[in-house]
Amino acid sequence: MTQLPNSTERKMGLVIDLDTCVGCHACVISCKGWNTENYGAPLSDQDAYGANPSGTFLNRVHAYEVQPPEGAAQLIHFPKSCLHCEDAPCVTVCPTGASYKRVEDGIVLVNESDCIGCGLCAWACPYGARELDAAAGVMKKCTQCVDRIYNDNLPEEDRVPACVRTCPAGARHFGDLGDPDSAVSQLVDERGGMDLMPEMGTKPVNKYLPPRPKDTVEEQIDILAPLLAPVAEEPKGFLGWLDKALEKL
Amino acid sequence: MHPAPSVILFTTLSGLGFGLLFFLGLGLPDVSGWVAFVFFAIAYALAVGGLLASTFHLGHPERALKAFTQWKTSWLSREGWCAVLALMVMGIYAIGVIFLGQRWAGPGLLGSLLSLATVFTTSMIYTQLKTIPRWNMKLTPAMFLSFSLAGGALLAGQTALAIPLLLIAALIQILYWRQGDRAFANAGTTLATATGLGDRGTVRAFEPPHTGTNYLLREFVHVVGRKHAEKLRVISFGLAFVLPVLLLVQPFNHLFAALAVLSHLVGVAASRWLFFAQAEHVVGLYYGKR
Repeated sequence: MTQLPNSTERKMGLVIDLDTCVGCHACVISCKGWNTENYGAPLSDQDAYGANPSGTFLNRVHAYEVQPPEGAAQLIHFPKSCLHCEDAPCVTVCPTGASYKRVEDGIVLVNESDCIGCGLCAWACPYGARELDAAAGVMKKCTQCVDRIYNDNLPEEDRVPACVRTCPAGARHFGDLGDPDSAVSQLVDERGGMDLMPEMGTKPVNKYLPPRPKDTVEEQIDILAPLLAPVAEEPKGFLGWLDKALEKL
Repeated sequence: MHPAPSVILFTTLSGLGFGLLFFLGLGLPDVSGWVAFVFFAIAYALAVGGLLASTFHLGHPERALKAFTQWKTSWLSREGWCAVLALMVMGIYAIGVIFLGQRWAGPGLLGSLLSLATVFTTSMIYTQLKTIPRWNMKLTPAMFLSFSLAGGALLAGQTALAIPLLLIAALIQILYWRQGDRAFANAGTTLATATGLGDRGTVRAFEPPHTGTNYLLREFVHVVGRKHAEKLRVISFGLAFVLPVLLLVQPFNHLFAALAVLSHLVGVAASRWLFFAQAEHVVGLYYGKR
């Protein structure tokens, strides 16, 4: 049923560190790689080698420029995938019951054999987390790699979402955000983890860690510099004459 | 939003069809036999045709029956139920009117209310979406219902009712456009809240995630359709309301009545095009677009 559970036993989710993300898109590739080969319909591409390629992705990395009132602008890489909202609007709008939020871990999933591909859940999601696959005609979304995280056939270190496993910068963290003592919850507390579009009332489980403030450059960083002779001197000879002549013009 | 022809056809035609069923259920016009058959045939063709058109944009139309299961939470599911119940009850009523010369007031009234409920549930599919501020307004259901009633009265030949209903619908249309134009700004969602980075400075979309397009941009960021919005508003308003009212105030003439219906239908379809094309989804912000 597409009624949301009042509460879930755990709130499994991602914590994404905007301070350390380098924008390499490795999470995008590993996500597509794992999810096109495993659970559910493959993530298809259309015209992949043609003039106008497009395809289904469950995770995309944007880049934003933030210009503070004073000082240099900052570039922030911004991975975005399903936030597995506690009050997920995509679930309640589903007419068939294909979309659901799991009571045991709070993961929002799509039962693809029940999906009619009406697209209403994608309309209801403010984050663009759901994409209708053009080949399969069903809605695709992040599953938090539900076929990895409980998979006893994988070595223990691989039982995390593919994006987390692959991130070379350590910018993605996975855990139970419903448990205040979990590593991810403590990270969120420590770094002031935030919600995206809180005004939408979706109560996202995934949190974003804001970038740390940039180091500020002191007035004088090299204490020896003032003692050095200045390099630029008054021009002499022909150049000196030219300089003066042009000055008078 | 991408103005899918199937959805524009569906909301326009079925709105008109259920509007006509509303009046037929109340015995307006009080017809029987073959004349009643023609009225019901037109109403069913519009309502059912619209519903069928709406299945064209589904990824898996063969599973459409599953959409009846989630009426507890989903307005789309509720719409399915209301539509089927309205068509069934009105079918029973129509048999009485056409073949038995009986006008059963109970089923007629119930069918009328269910017809209106169908239009209301359709409008709520759009109204419920906080992600699209232009739809997330009380005026959205008011617009769908007033259009359906005005069109229904027009098709049912109820000139005395059609003129005031057309004027009410026209007023709601103007209010909807006025309020809708401010809805996105009033909702307060910006790139600053979307990224959570607003308190550090001015946020600008620097680089999209990929060079090509994607499902989200195709579905939600439809700039082309908005290009001639102002002109389309004038055309739609003239055809949907002004011309039909001018034709209706003339001495009755079948040609004028048919022209009024046709003009109204095209005008409402143009208004529906704008309803979708001008609707801006907040996800566009992530791409630096609206």
